Amino acid sequence: MSAITREDVAHLARLAHIRMDENELDKMSGELAFIMDAIASVSEVAGQDVPRTSHPIPLRNVFREDMPSGMLTQEQALAMAPDAEDGQFKVPAILDGE
Amino acid sequence: MAAVTDEVLTFEEAMAQYEPVLGFEVHVELNTRTKMFSSAPNGFGDEPNTNVTPVDLGLPGVLPVVNGTAVEYSIKLGLALNCQIAEVCGFARKNYFYPDTPKNFQTSQYDDPIAHDGWLDVELEDGTVFRVEIERAHMEEDAGKLTHQGGPSGRIQDAASSLVDYNRAGVPLVEIVTKPITGAGERAAELAKAYVTQIRDIVKNLGISDARMERGNVRCDANVSLMPKGSTVFGTRTETKNVNSTRAVAHAVTFEIQRQAAVLSAGGSITQETRHWQEGTRTTTSGRPKSDADDYRYFPEPDLVPIHTNTEWIERLRAELPEPPAERRKRLKADWGYSDEEFRDVVNAGVLDEIAATIGAGASASAARKWWMGEIARLANLADKDIAELGVTPADVVEVEALIAEKTINDKLAKQVLGFVADGEGAPRAIVEARSLAVVSDDGALNAAVEAAIAENPGVVDKIKAGKLQAIGALIGPVMKATRGQADAARVREIVMEQLGVSE
Amino acid sequence: MTDLTELSANELIKLTALQMAERLRAGEITSVQLTQAHLDRIAAVDGPADGQGTGVHAFLHVNTEEALAVAAEVDAIRAAGGTAAQDLHPLAGVPIAVKDLIVTIGQPTTAASKMLEGWMSPYDATVVEKIRAAKLPILGKTNLDEFAMGSSTEHSAFGDTRNPWDLDRTPGGSGGGSAAAVAAYMAPLALGTDTGGSIRQPGAVTGTVGAKPTYGAVSRYGVIAMASSLDQVGPVTRTVSDAAALQELISGHDPKDSTSLPEPMDGLLEAARNGELAGLRIGIIAELEGEGFQEGVLARFQESVQVLKDAGAEVSEVSCPHLGYALGAYYLIMPSEVSSNLAKFDGVRFGNRVVPEGGGTIEQVMGATRAAGFGDEVKRRIILGTYALSAGYYDAYYGSAQKVRTLIQRDFAAAFEQVDVLISPTSPVTAFPLGEKLDDPVAMYNNDIATIPANLAGIPGISVPAGLSEGLPVGIQFLAPARGDATMYRAAAALESRLEEAWGTPFWAQAPDLAAVSEAAPAGVGNAPATATAGGEN
Repeated sequence: MSAITREDVAHLARLAHIRMDENELDKMSGELAFIMDAIASVSEVAGQDVPRTSHPIPLRNVFREDMPSGMLTQEQALAMAPDAEDGQFKVPAILDGE
Repeated sequence: MAAVTDEVLTFEEAMAQYEPVLGFEVHVELNTRTKMFSSAPNGFGDEPNTNVTPVDLGLPGVLPVVNGTAVEYSIKLGLALNCQIAEVCGFARKNYFYPDTPKNFQTSQYDDPIAHDGWLDVELEDGTVFRVEIERAHMEEDAGKLTHQGGPSGRIQDAASSLVDYNRAGVPLVEIVTKPITGAGERAAELAKAYVTQIRDIVKNLGISDARMERGNVRCDANVSLMPKGSTVFGTRTETKNVNSTRAVAHAVTFEIQRQAAVLSAGGSITQETRHWQEGTRTTTSGRPKSDADDYRYFPEPDLVPIHTNTEWIERLRAELPEPPAERRKRLKADWGYSDEEFRDVVNAGVLDEIAATIGAGASASAARKWWMGEIARLANLADKDIAELGVTPADVVEVEALIAEKTINDKLAKQVLGFVADGEGAPRAIVEARSLAVVSDDGALNAAVEAAIAENPGVVDKIKAGKLQAIGALIGPVMKATRGQADAARVREIVMEQLGVSE
Repeated sequence: MTDLTELSANELIKLTALQMAERLRAGEITSVQLTQAHLDRIAAVDGPADGQGTGVHAFLHVNTEEALAVAAEVDAIRAAGGTAAQDLHPLAGVPIAVKDLIVTIGQPTTAASKMLEGWMSPYDATVVEKIRAAKLPILGKTNLDEFAMGSSTEHSAFGDTRNPWDLDRTPGGSGGGSAAAVAAYMAPLALGTDTGGSIRQPGAVTGTVGAKPTYGAVSRYGVIAMASSLDQVGPVTRTVSDAAALQELISGHDPKDSTSLPEPMDGLLEAARNGELAGLRIGIIAELEGEGFQEGVLARFQESVQVLKDAGAEVSEVSCPHLGYALGAYYLIMPSEVSSNLAKFDGVRFGNRVVPEGGGTIEQVMGATRAAGFGDEVKRRIILGTYALSAGYYDAYYGSAQKVRTLIQRDFAAAFEQVDVLISPTSPVTAFPLGEKLDDPVAMYNNDIATIPANLAGIPGISVPAGLSEGLPVGIQFLAPARGDATMYRAAAALESRLEEAWGTPFWAQAPDLAAVSEAAPAGVGNAPATATAGGEN
């Protein structure tokens, strides 16, 4: 298995939208490398012929009836919003002026 | 707005050197009552953030549950596209951060779409049929709606902030993906338009979508690449996003062919990127290139369980399918006895359903075509509207035909009546009564009008008495004028001859 | 029958939940008395909710007014008699504490994260709806490791919870708050959530009973998701029967949770009361009794095995050869789901937004919000999961882990062909000192080595107190096949009653007394030393 580098962590932190400073990147890459060493053995035992399990209890075809219910009011929807305007959630600029 | 203008070759120059390869991803919003994974209403145009439950806001603790009706609609669409329906399929999470995506992942089908490997025979304007192979049709959810504010143009690039409405978040979508389409050549743009039009008609016919492109019910992403003529190796493609009318799809494909041809013929290479359609200039502009941020980290959605289909279920849905549009058109053309050209005009005018309904309600095929493609089309053109949206219904046309048959009105009056119907004055018979438009067949009134006309036109009378019967028309005109067009012209002629004592 | 006036508040809170329910039904006590007694106990021994005091700090929020109002409502219904009184749920009026990972209208829900500090849910979790419908007064919301990630409750953003058996030690985690509340008589019942052992491991180290039902038996709707395919809500109590009764109350199909089992799960309390061991086949998991387990833990475990044998159970050793890979599979699947489930905490729709100095784009605001809102352990798991799911590593990590999951399920399926239930120690160690493992994530993860396999396989598990090692509780774990929760309760109750006979006293009566932490504690409660045995005279 490949080790997790500091650059890997920086990339992963960007993907995960968590700002990290230089110290955090150093610390995190060390910890993750250690954790990965401890758990990397899983790929040894998982043979080609073994199916994957995503759900512990196999159920199928769970559907909802197409009937409206449980709506929030606009006031309820926005009650906990960090910022709102005109009945909508307000967010800062989405892209840098490119 | 200082946008970089791309160099383009003329279409003819581009076609001389390159063969286009097309691909389409058409998103269809289903018209279920509720959303894909929540019980919020699937509604258009409501107050922002009112068609939401905790699920649609991605609040802590919420879980999705699949809308069974959306699944059935998706299977029906798959069947209409001649697809295989998956025996087992499921949902995955596509992880990316964007404020219109409440969970910061989209729940979508990934490597196991509900329908796959189908085809659609697309009919071009001259009747040529072009088979488009369908790779897959999969279920997913729509995103919320962003409104950018604070910038000079209201566009995303220079906005200071954005407002988010999650009413649309979670609306059920089916994404139909074609296999690469080769061999369209110079008819690429026409094929693009015809394909999207046909998809729109199919989903409308199935009753699974409102299919209004101007509302975004049907949206097309067009992939275009070029390969040198004679080559079989696909070039790098671009994906032009969210082209929202059938016309625009054709224009976008044409522009991308011309732009890419210019780049390639100048020795350049195409960047794999998203491009944005600009309706105003009929061009595409460069969007975001593919990057490592596109690592969507798909994995099976652990909060949803798999869907297993079976023959019984699929056959029940197949039995509910309406007649496919292409077959229906073939049947109707034969039933009505229209010529190829007449029928194509009807289809292109978008009034096939209206004419079918008119005939179904008792009008003759020729009368139905006469009114819809004649006066109603003329009125629509004047009003700059689609014929079907003018406000005249098949029932109105049938009523007009009945009024003519019982001689209450003539053709000339009928045209006026249709104009009043289009103006929203009500149904034809009511309009005729309200406006006293019925043909005047009261001989007393007509006799007086004819006497007056004879008295005022002694020269004409002399000619008639001298045997020039065709001069009678010069007396009918004033009579019609005096009766505001409501006189029965044939009866007027008879009265003139009686009064002047002439005969045929 | 003891008259209610003869029972002091201090004795009242030491009854089991079912005993409380019985006295409520008999009209010997009122729910208001009972609820007030628990609120007084909380005031006496828990310290301030901000964690700045020296108390147990099991609660992040105490719900005094509403709890008393519900209690008064139950009392009124019961006093009025008639069908309304008869229709009351058997546990109506018995107070309960709720892990602060479960959303509640009218009380804050924080998941012990700064991200959600001050957030009020506009909806109730399904389990909370059930508790409200059955009219159990909700005492408040209990502490946990942030977003349930941890095995010591030290990863709470709002201060540690301390183990009532030794205030310098952790109560386990992530559900340390619920376990400590029950262990310290601040609540007779509590709800926990168990993703890799977060109910059972705290149960073991606080000497309480904690059960993780079969995956899907209890609705997850309104439970802030950690790892969706592993999370399950369950009861935290002082006796197996109380746990069975509470699981019956909260379980059942929920149309809002697609992974909810379609069939009801009844007969749990009956099974716990049955407690018959003769003929029951019990398997000792060979892989979970040697290396890494403390000597005292193994000693109590072996004693329990002997007790079970003596009582007529057929005990044998079975092997689950792939359990050695469970921890690895868990630490790939869990963080992968975590990385996606916690993406929604971005400061757009709810929660606390952090804007970088001088403003910024939404990307920068999300980055700053998540940097400030999440603690180190949460960040570690998000990054780990992002890595495990990323292109190029998916097959090697997430894909392999899902295959290991299959292998573990097969191991259990094979084992359950031979035996009815499996047993192991719940936790390899007893309560460890605060701070001891905080800087060593892998050592912390190893606490859950015996509990994780049940989550991967979706099978039910329960931890029952098995005695003390150096004055600290040891737990024994029973595992049963999926949907075999009744068998699990039956076996666990059987051991519980045999051990109680052997000790001559209920386990929980051996708990040390807690001194009141606040001068302001109501007179007569908490300051007085508790009696050594339950039900004794004060």
